[in-house]
Amino acid sequence: MSETSMSNWQLIKNGIFAENTIFKLAISLCPSIAVTSGLKNGVLMGVAVLFVQTMVNMTIALMRNVINSKIRIPVFMLVISGWVSVADMGMAAYARDVYRSMGLYIQLIVAFASILARAELFASKNKVVPSMFDGIGMGIGFLVALTIISFFRELIGKGSLWGISLTGGVKPMLIMIMPTGGFFAVGILMAFFNWMELRGGKAPAHH
Amino acid sequence: MEFQKLFNLVVAASLINNFVFTQFLGLCIFFGVSKKMETAVGMSITFMAVMVISAAACWLVFNYGLVPLDITFLKIVVFIGVVAALVQVSDTIMRKISPDLYYKLGVYLALIATNCIIVAVPLTNAGAGYSFIESMFFGVGSGLGFGIALIIMASIREKLELADVPAPFRGMPLAFITTGLIALAFTGFAGLITL
Repeated sequence: MSETSMSNWQLIKNGIFAENTIFKLAISLCPSIAVTSGLKNGVLMGVAVLFVQTMVNMTIALMRNVINSKIRIPVFMLVISGWVSVADMGMAAYARDVYRSMGLYIQLIVAFASILARAELFASKNKVVPSMFDGIGMGIGFLVALTIISFFRELIGKGSLWGISLTGGVKPMLIMIMPTGGFFAVGILMAFFNWMELRGGKAPAHH
Repeated sequence: MEFQKLFNLVVAASLINNFVFTQFLGLCIFFGVSKKMETAVGMSITFMAVMVISAAACWLVFNYGLVPLDITFLKIVVFIGVVAALVQVSDTIMRKISPDLYYKLGVYLALIATNCIIVAVPLTNAGAGYSFIESMFFGVGSGLGFGIALIIMASIREKLELADVPAPFRGMPLAFITTGLIALAFTGFAGLITL
């Protein structure tokens, strides 16, 4: 990909729909299951990724002319891990109880294929502003995916949303908040999006 | 260091807290290379070797480098650096010493650098304060667990190729649901050993 010709708004839409990290590209899947047993965790994780993705894209775009192409991957990794440390410490300071349950997964944003991929494919070839919007789009796409997954898992598995109980006396399906339920939820949602696409006459993106 | 504790550590890391099925790490690679048995076996072997070496190296760097200097907050940056460097070094050494092996397993090495388990193990070791030997055994257990997961999944997916699946479920969605069922089976290991 050479310098992009897409407008800022198109870049954001691209990240949310056409190249949605989880449902379309099927990468960076670990947190999509690990932290989505509750809506609150899912949303906060999404926000952390949005932050890291945007900052990394901007940093790489600023540095793109001084990075030697032979050592670009290690440089990208260092930039990413720097911003992940920022997100990690920020979470540890301001969202203590959430951090306790998902701290390891915040630290592991560092090994996200999607962030490295955007740095390599987009930010290292584009100016700062498009890179920022690309990061925002990708991050929002991730956030939306996590929100959808955790919405259904918490609603069905715990009968509550954002920790507020909704069902009254009805017993929730505990299986949805267990590891198994996470795999089921993602699988069924992916199948649903494929089905929507098939109805629209397009072939599914991944096989 | 009693043997029983190390044994427990290996069993716990490989079966009870299996990284793929109960902690959902390394899923990208798990779904990526579990399509064929041959690649799954190759990946498992390479993975295990890199895992043990990186667990040991990161432990040394953490306890003799970061702790005395009081810069443990840099552990994410440092571990990523150590792992990436290790992968690069083993890649070069393997190519020099055993081109045969490199031809077979070299591809997986490049993939491993972006695997979250390989970073999660040193981070867990540092967080739990394991000793050097314990860290190594934790690495062995985790590598073993990932290998078991890959091989189970590959053998199922080879059969699934022949099945007649509804169109929207073909590919990844079905792989996810299959993994969910295996994960359900793995919950049966909980309580096997109390640490």
